Amino acid sequence: MEDKIRVLIAKPGLDGHDRGAKLVARILRDAGMEVIYSGLRQTPEMIAEAALQEDVQVVGLSILSGAHMEVFPATIQQLKDRGLENVALVAGGIFPEEDVPALKQMGIKAIFGPGSSSQEIVDSLKKAVAEKAN
Amino acid sequence: MPSRSKQEWRDTTLEKTLKRSPERQERFEISSGTEIDDLYAPDDLEGIDYDEALGYPGEYPFTRGIQPNMYRGRLWTMRQYAGFADAEESNKRYRYLLEQGQTGLSIAFDLPTQIGYDSDHEMARGEIGKVGVAIDTLADMEVLFEDIPLDKVSTSMTINATAPILLAMYIALAKKQGIDPKELNGTIQNDILKEYIARGTYIFPPRPSMRLITDIFKYCGEEVPRWNTISISGYHIREAGSTAAQELAFTLANGITYVQAAIDAGLDVDDFAARLSFFFAAYGNLFEEVAKFRAGRRLWAKIMRERFEAKEPRSWMLRFHTQTCGHTLTAQQPTNNVIRTTIQALAAVLGGTQSLHTNSYDEAYATPSEEAVTVALRTQQLLAYETDVANAVDPLGGSYLVESLTNTLEEEAQNYIQKIDTLGDALAAIEQGFPQREIQESSYRTQMDIESEKKVVVGVNKFVSPYPKITGLLRFDPQIAIKQKEGLAQVKQNRDSATVSAALDKLEKVATGTENTMPAILECVEAYATIGEVCDVLRRVFGEQKEFLAF
Repeated sequence: MEDKIRVLIAKPGLDGHDRGAKLVARILRDAGMEVIYSGLRQTPEMIAEAALQEDVQVVGLSILSGAHMEVFPATIQQLKDRGLENVALVAGGIFPEEDVPALKQMGIKAIFGPGSSSQEIVDSLKKAVAEKAN
Repeated sequence: MPSRSKQEWRDTTLEKTLKRSPERQERFEISSGTEIDDLYAPDDLEGIDYDEALGYPGEYPFTRGIQPNMYRGRLWTMRQYAGFADAEESNKRYRYLLEQGQTGLSIAFDLPTQIGYDSDHEMARGEIGKVGVAIDTLADMEVLFEDIPLDKVSTSMTINATAPILLAMYIALAKKQGIDPKELNGTIQNDILKEYIARGTYIFPPRPSMRLITDIFKYCGEEVPRWNTISISGYHIREAGSTAAQELAFTLANGITYVQAAIDAGLDVDDFAARLSFFFAAYGNLFEEVAKFRAGRRLWAKIMRERFEAKEPRSWMLRFHTQTCGHTLTAQQPTNNVIRTTIQALAAVLGGTQSLHTNSYDEAYATPSEEAVTVALRTQQLLAYETDVANAVDPLGGSYLVESLTNTLEEEAQNYIQKIDTLGDALAAIEQGFPQREIQESSYRTQMDIESEKKVVVGVNKFVSPYPKITGLLRFDPQIAIKQKEGLAQVKQNRDSATVSAALDKLEKVATGTENTMPAILECVEAYATIGEVCDVLRRVFGEQKEFLAF
């Protein structure tokens, strides 16, 4: 039997908009994944540490404060520092269109904006994990 | 009473039609999932006593409105929430909005300001000036309100955990402008309970947080008597996914907890109750929303008169601000958002709101641009001046549907309040994760309804078409953060550090004891202590709260 995909849904930045993060966490759990939800105000260090401790294959970053261009690279660096290059990174929230290429460039595998469906999120995550495994 | 009952009509006239063409949905529901009838008629209001259930406007239980003549006297306050980047940019936006005919200011602060970190703190990384204006010291407030005389405006500040500090800065600024704090009008949100439930900008544990709140009640009662010391907010609860009934219930339950805390702190209910204000969301479920506002007024009036035995009619009144619902705005076909907002604003006005913020059509993308915020303000002006909605009090009062829904919403909210009472109080319920779980459940259900297309969102899951991109979105200049940090460094250099340390030490003593914290906080900000410094003192004394995670 296939092992369950382990996911960390994390909220970097200071904003308290966790409706999306909690919804996605539940949707992924319903889809059979093992989901850890970090709670609010996670620093890049805390997220990377949790990813390491929980041995996840995917980290989903949810942010709506607009701090993504500073917080995401810092998180990626922290993951690298812990040798977690194989963890797939995805992101949800509100990202200005002109930021998207840069986010992809820095290694965010999938980006979910307003109106993303459950199916789309589940499928993208599976795909991102499969890609990292190869 | 009509000559035939509703049921007789159903069995005869309606029956024939239904045989030919069935209804387009199996069930019609309000947001709580409660089914609504096909028709409301006099039968539905049987046994309702007008005086007891409705009364006249300006009279208990205020179902029809808190003022006798409502908008025939004065229109609602048009109050657009704004604030971004630094104090200078925000000041420009405020003056622009005042010139455009806005009648009150509403300040949005950035997250570090809300959570008590200075702009040079590590936690502030990437957040400076993003969702509101960055304030580190009184010097920023001086710039924020430049050329805005504080006795001529009413100012609402969306600030919670750090509310005592921002209020102290506002008072200090008034004094500098030569204005007696007794002349100040405005509101601080100061509602920490809903931060634990839904909004997330808490710092300290609940008990000391409640003390800071009652300290403000006491202090303002004497020193800033016209200030609205709290805005008990359902808005964020609703935005987090609750139903209308849950929004009402959790908000009023929080209100009950604040009132009890103030009474326990030795205050007389009639000395502070009239300064309590509320803040709700307005959705596009027009009639349900109007019913929610009406039910809220009736329920609160009963709570204040019967449960807390307040004697003054002003203590019984539910006064509230409304904001249209940001969550319903879509990134797809964004011009549709103007229409959504219009309907939501209409619900607020028909529901008798005291003030209103209308969202901008670009809010699914960014902090609103000037163009978008102008359309939002014009929406209110259009409702006020081009339609007849403000010309008679409680225009939907007496509608069989709206009166029935008002009863339903009141009953559903009351059931939740009773449940919370059995858990202890709102705080105990939060600690047990009760409201959080209820909200998550509703949020999940809404999402599933959208995905299954049971709930239609025009332009998203139905009537999808290509749409022109919005242009002119507001972008932040990264220089803002650098400028803010430089400004902070300069203030720190120019202030008298001995005065600052003495004020902070004094605050630490006061916070450790039982004396009112407000005068000591005022002393700190007048010495140009930073928000971070003041909060660090309070963090040391009170500790920090971790998330009440209910997942």
